[in-house]
Amino acid sequence: MQAEVKQTDQEVKHAEHSEFVSFTVAGQAFCLKITQIREIRRWSPVTILPHAPADVLGVMNLRGAVIPIYDLSARFGLQQTEASERNVVIVVSVHGKPVGLLAESVSEIISINPDDIQDTPPVDSRNTMEYIQGIISHDDTMVRIINLDAVISAPEQVML
Amino acid sequence: MSGSIQDTFFEECEELLEATDEGLTAIEGGDHDPEVVNAIFRAVHSIKGGAGAFGLDDLVAFAHRFETVFDEVRSNRLELDPKLVQLLLRSSDQLSALVEAARDGGQIDEAHNDTLLAALDEYIPEEEEDLTFEPMGLGAAPMVDLGDIGGGEPAEPQEETYRIRFQPLKEMYGTGNEPFFLFQALKDMGELTVKLDDNELPGFDAMDTSEAYLAWDLVLVTKELRSVVEAVFEFVEGLCELSIEGDGDAEAEANALANLDAMFSTPPATAAAPTAPAAAAADAAEGEAPSAPFEPPVPAPKPEAKPAPAEEKASAPKAESGKQEQRGGPKPTLRVELERVDRLINAVGELIINHSMLAQQIANLPVSDTRDVETELEGFKNLARDIQEGVMAIRAQPVKPLFQRMARIVREASSATGKTCKLVNEGENTEVDKTVIERLSDPLTHILRNAVDHGIEKPEDRTTAGKSNIGEIRLSASHRSGSVCIEIKDDGAGVNRPRVKQIAIEKGLIPENAELTDAEIDNLLFAPGFSTAKEVSNLSGRGVGMDVVKNAVTGLGGRINISSTPGKGSTFTIILPLTLAVMDGMVVSVADQTMVVPITSIVETMRGSDDMINSLGADGTLLSIRGNFVPICDVAGSLGLYRESDQQAGVYLLVETETGQRCALAVDDIHDQRQVVIKSLDGVCGEIAGVAAATILGDGKIAMILDPESIIAASPTAAAFDTERRMSNAS
Amino acid sequence: MKTKVLAIDDSRTIRNLLAATLEEAGFEYHCAVDGRDGVDMYPDVDPDVVITDINMPNLDGFGVIEELRGSGINSKVPILVLTTESAPELKARARGAGATGWITKPFDDASLIFALKRVTGAAA
Repeated sequence: MQAEVKQTDQEVKHAEHSEFVSFTVAGQAFCLKITQIREIRRWSPVTILPHAPADVLGVMNLRGAVIPIYDLSARFGLQQTEASERNVVIVVSVHGKPVGLLAESVSEIISINPDDIQDTPPVDSRNTMEYIQGIISHDDTMVRIINLDAVISAPEQVML
Repeated sequence: MSGSIQDTFFEECEELLEATDEGLTAIEGGDHDPEVVNAIFRAVHSIKGGAGAFGLDDLVAFAHRFETVFDEVRSNRLELDPKLVQLLLRSSDQLSALVEAARDGGQIDEAHNDTLLAALDEYIPEEEEDLTFEPMGLGAAPMVDLGDIGGGEPAEPQEETYRIRFQPLKEMYGTGNEPFFLFQALKDMGELTVKLDDNELPGFDAMDTSEAYLAWDLVLVTKELRSVVEAVFEFVEGLCELSIEGDGDAEAEANALANLDAMFSTPPATAAAPTAPAAAAADAAEGEAPSAPFEPPVPAPKPEAKPAPAEEKASAPKAESGKQEQRGGPKPTLRVELERVDRLINAVGELIINHSMLAQQIANLPVSDTRDVETELEGFKNLARDIQEGVMAIRAQPVKPLFQRMARIVREASSATGKTCKLVNEGENTEVDKTVIERLSDPLTHILRNAVDHGIEKPEDRTTAGKSNIGEIRLSASHRSGSVCIEIKDDGAGVNRPRVKQIAIEKGLIPENAELTDAEIDNLLFAPGFSTAKEVSNLSGRGVGMDVVKNAVTGLGGRINISSTPGKGSTFTIILPLTLAVMDGMVVSVADQTMVVPITSIVETMRGSDDMINSLGADGTLLSIRGNFVPICDVAGSLGLYRESDQQAGVYLLVETETGQRCALAVDDIHDQRQVVIKSLDGVCGEIAGVAAATILGDGKIAMILDPESIIAASPTAAAFDTERRMSNAS
Repeated sequence: MKTKVLAIDDSRTIRNLLAATLEEAGFEYHCAVDGRDGVDMYPDVDPDVVITDINMPNLDGFGVIEELRGSGINSKVPILVLTTESAPELKARARGAGATGWITKPFDDASLIFALKRVTGAAA
């Protein structure tokens, strides 16, 4: 795992300045590369999937497609989000399929120099370590870069 | 490239085999229309033609023999008696088997193949067969001889000079052959000098434009074999005076001329084809020379044979085609990639959802008078429905080809078991979704084999029972209130219930002292791992049970039932949705969620009152319906959902499972019944117990489409009740 | 100018085989699905050579030859008959109707091209 993270890290470092979208999940700042994001929607109640684990909120209709919605907070092992209209769903594309991620709110678009990305310092939470690809400092806050592939593995495997 | 052409060939074979079967079935039914015979001949002929192109020798050989017999029939030299018709039917089955073997690389039963070939041969007159191959012998042999003599070892091609005298007869010009092009073909082989001999050309006044006066003297220096040079003139053989003299092969030429003479004196042969292997042999002998079978000369066409426009009207082929046109022929069709149709189906599904959304939003508008909009919206809705039905109709296909294949299955099964059965098809033109048809093939095959193997009795037993010694299986299809109903009914012995029960006990499927109703016993046939054959017969055995059939049917969103009367026979009824893209559903709410229950599984709906509910044990509840007790299955509980509100499940959907077990699904409320577009959850999430798929409702929200069967299975009450009842019946 | 071929055959397999070979060899390929279709298409395609099957629904190969030869549109167009039989009777009949030559199925590329060359002079 460690080796993999490093490798991804390297790739990021070789890149030019890239744009990231930052957002809050359970009070913490996270970000995703702008190219990974398809669209951002306001939260509206989803349809519950029976027997689903706590971090799978349900499914939503995205222009005729049925897409699963994950609670990022629960996914990271933080408390479950009480979703409301103030929250947003970030629609990303994983393995070519759209997937929605619930976040508290979107903050801003930030431009990141790959050289500024730091490795995740080892912390005691394995959950966090797996999902975080690196961290950067932006306006004196720490922003965590999400490793999307780790958060959402193949959609079929995630569920049950 | 050739791979895809070969795919086309096998696809086409399917159609041709269907046409053959269809024709043979018509003949079997007493229709001896020459056009039916012709159509079969053409179909088999096309299979042979294609098979030849791919070097499928077994298939070519069989198709050739089959076709030859048909040629006899269509030439009225052979009468279609029942025995021959049976042989032709079996041959058609074998042809299918050969096509399948060629496609899938499987093995064929050589002995069976040989038996059929021999049986077919008996209908082909001796001389026919001899003549079939003789012309080839005559045609090919001289070329081989000439090649051998003229060229010696083919490995060392030597330059040779040929002097060619070529004088077309006037008939040649009527065939579209141009001397100039022939010369060009020669020129490609080496050095050619051409000299026109117009000595015979009369003065302008005396010239008859329909006569041929010109001749050419050609000198060709080439390394090509003489046979190749001769092949250039293949098409004009008999339409010209031709001499080809090679330097230093006077002797060879003498031989050649002798051979040619021999050919000239051969009476015109009357029939059929040299086979591909023979042609291949000729090719091999010629080395690299293109294969152009040497043509035994034919009598030069008489001038009056040339079609004059006036006469043409009366000519045979024209008259024939006129007849066909009157008959109408098949309707024109268009081949479309399935994917395009499916895209359209998706788009129409969206359109329908879109309509319900619009309707809902308009209803919510703070406008007092929406009548005009509603009228237009109604029009929109009707149009959308029309489009949807039209698009669904594209995917719909008649079950006829499927049923025809089943006739073959029954024939095979009958001959393997030594029983005599006939399959009667009804409602062949019933149209069903393409995918449904495809996926019905295996279950139907299995049921039919089963019916022949276990249902229909041996002829002697049937006679004893006072039945016709020919067993009858009726395969019918019909549309029944938005579903497709397929019925397989045999007039055999019926389910041997004591035996079935005993086996079920032996296999531990039911307790030894279980008391089951007749229907329950019959349904044991669908239990996993059940097989009634005393030993696994090579027919319906194959390690597959009726449970696989049931799974296949439920996989299509359908249901299967069996009913049986001892001594009278059994009937399997399969109820299927018309299409896999939309379905009729009951929209209900469960724990504040909107869900859809397929209409097909609902027997009736009712609002419950307290006095209808009876406790059973600690937490089991039964609903009393007109004196019957039915276990209640709380849908919310079964799905692991919890109600936030205090609302109680007060509405019951009475459903019936395949095993005939009834259960009342408790839901919070029923909204309405409507057609919903089915959205698969594949790739969205894993399999969810109790959920079959999803749909999008008018408000844009997604609703789960429930699978009553698995909800009941997951419900402790219903399952427990079932076992308890069995045990209590048993004691 | 490419040599234009109009192929008339009711078998998709054969049409595809012809298309593959002829297009590869640089011919312009057109096809019709039965005799009637072929005769109907003829004026539009105005081919340099016609290849026709014999056994076809809605007008067989003989009918095609007779109609084309009798049509006067171009009664001289070379017509090659495609047949699984090298039966002399069939060929005699085809020639009697006005066929230029024949191609025996199964054909290989070389013999097909060779036959076309002899009636159109085209190498491709």
